[in-house]
Amino acid sequence: MAWFTRDKPAVKRGDGEKRVRTEGLWLKCERCGQIVWRKALEDNFQVCPKCGHHGRLDARTRLAMLFDEGKFEEFDQGLASTDPLAFVDSKKYSDRLAASQAATQLRDAIISGGGKLNGRRVYVCAMELKFVGGSMGTVVGEVITRAIERSIQHTVPLIIVSASGGARMQEGAISLMQMAKISAALMRLDEARIPYISVLTDPTTGGVTASFAMLGDLNVAEPGAQIGFAGPRVIEQTIRQKLPAGFQTSEFLLQHGFLDALVKRADLKNYLSKALDFFLLPAEQNAGQDSQKNRVTRAS
Amino acid sequence: MADSPDPETIAAATNPTWERVLLARHPKRPHSADYISRVFTGFSELHGDRFFGDDAAVMGGFAFLDARPVMVIGQEKGRDTKQKLHRNFGMPKPEGYRKALRLMRLAEKFQRPIVTFLDTVGAYPGIDAEERGQAEAIANNLREMSRLGVPVVTVVIGEGGSGGALGLGIANRVYMLENAYYSVISPESCAAIIYRDSGRAAEAAQALRLTAQDLERLQLIDGIIEEPAEGAQTDPNRAAEFVKETIQRAVAELAPLTSKELIDDRYNKFRRMGNFFAEGQGA
Ligand SMILES: [Zn+2]
Repeated sequence: MAWFTRDKPAVKRGDGEKRVRTEGLWLKCERCGQIVWRKALEDNFQVCPKCGHHGRLDARTRLAMLFDEGKFEEFDQGLASTDPLAFVDSKKYSDRLAASQAATQLRDAIISGGGKLNGRRVYVCAMELKFVGGSMGTVVGEVITRAIERSIQHTVPLIIVSASGGARMQEGAISLMQMAKISAALMRLDEARIPYISVLTDPTTGGVTASFAMLGDLNVAEPGAQIGFAGPRVIEQTIRQKLPAGFQTSEFLLQHGFLDALVKRADLKNYLSKALDFFLLPAEQNAGQDSQKNRVTRAS
Repeated sequence: MADSPDPETIAAATNPTWERVLLARHPKRPHSADYISRVFTGFSELHGDRFFGDDAAVMGGFAFLDARPVMVIGQEKGRDTKQKLHRNFGMPKPEGYRKALRLMRLAEKFQRPIVTFLDTVGAYPGIDAEERGQAEAIANNLREMSRLGVPVVTVVIGEGGSGGALGLGIANRVYMLENAYYSVISPESCAAIIYRDSGRAAEAAQALRLTAQDLERLQLIDGIIEEPAEGAQTDPNRAAEFVKETIQRAVAELAPLTSKELIDDRYNKFRRMGNFFAEGQGA
């Protein structure tokens, strides 16, 4: 478990996570209700040391956790939405963007990084839930599409860590079309046979689930995450009945065959590394081909 | 919904966007089945996704566009109560998307163009749909439609409800009927979120910029198909003629392209969508 202990955090973490009640240095776990030292929770990347509950983790800490020594290069961090619909609800969308930008120090709901994962060059995009609910509009769509194109250009595997309420309402049909744009780019990545691993974290819903989050060569999720397409309230209103316990959790998706594996946060980096070994380690001297030839010979 | 008169009619009088949403949902508006029977000849419906079942909310089959064999697929709401229940009000389940993809691959195998009609309030939000992977089914269609080596033409004929509509909409050419809408979220759901009042859907519809005119201005579609008189419901035959002319022209333009050219054309089209960002320095 040496993995948990680090001399000092590689990056500055955001303030109080949503899922834990803040009382200074001590926090109460949302699931087990036990009191946990804030520092212990941070050192454990927001996983409760008492019960293993996976709290939400901000994008920057996520990337620092996955890249060797917490170091990575950032791409396209200057992209910002121009509010193409001039959308106004209870607040102007432009004000909402400004508030999210100030709170997260990001221009939009994603960080695109490049660096080493257990010594191997990878690109990782991580979504930031605290930025307008981690929603996908024109910037998230463009940043992810560029990351895919970069993967193809440099033959580098891609990992996308999702945490999102879905397509961003305030950019209307433009957000919707980002689902198409990213999925088409993933078609090219697939044709290029470059690995793409989708990591679904709490929550991954709507248009993000219904596009790139479900299109990995591997789709893996953290335990206990909410994952689905339609919102639980919409479903309850439609079918006029209560949803069963555990509906739309990672465990539910695994049981129904839509995830390759559940991976605990503590195991994620090594899991990804091992999966990329499977995809990318050079084959033994034509071993695969030979055994295939043998099989054909025997069959004929 | 569209039948109930008062508050909606009042809203429509002062809100042309909402007027169009009501037209898109008009009880007499032509559906996919109405266009399929008028635009094509010899339609033969093909059923089933070969895994789970046959989703009647998605209607697909082979047909002829004049002499040209084509695959036609549309979201179908059904007309009377019995049909509506049978068609699940046009809300597809995962097997609907999977059936559609099966038919599209069949068309590709024999190098036939594909025409899709979009008309759904959204993919079905139900327990069974989630259990069978609604998100995966849509996502997979988005990716797989983008690599079809045959011409794909899509017409949004009524409601273009979010990912549920888009799941059949990755085409070389995308057109909208004059009074159709295409949106990331239904006006009602949007209103429930932003005003905490789904009754303010008319206002939300305006904010969402979901009309054909909006989508054309945002460069998200290739063109608008005119509707007769007060809307397609007033003269379905004429509406179908306009739709047929547009499809014929699009298919004729795309027919000479190679598979690779078609795939690249479709890719480049969606790749350009939504360039509404500024490139600044780091945050
Ligand atoms: Zn706990």
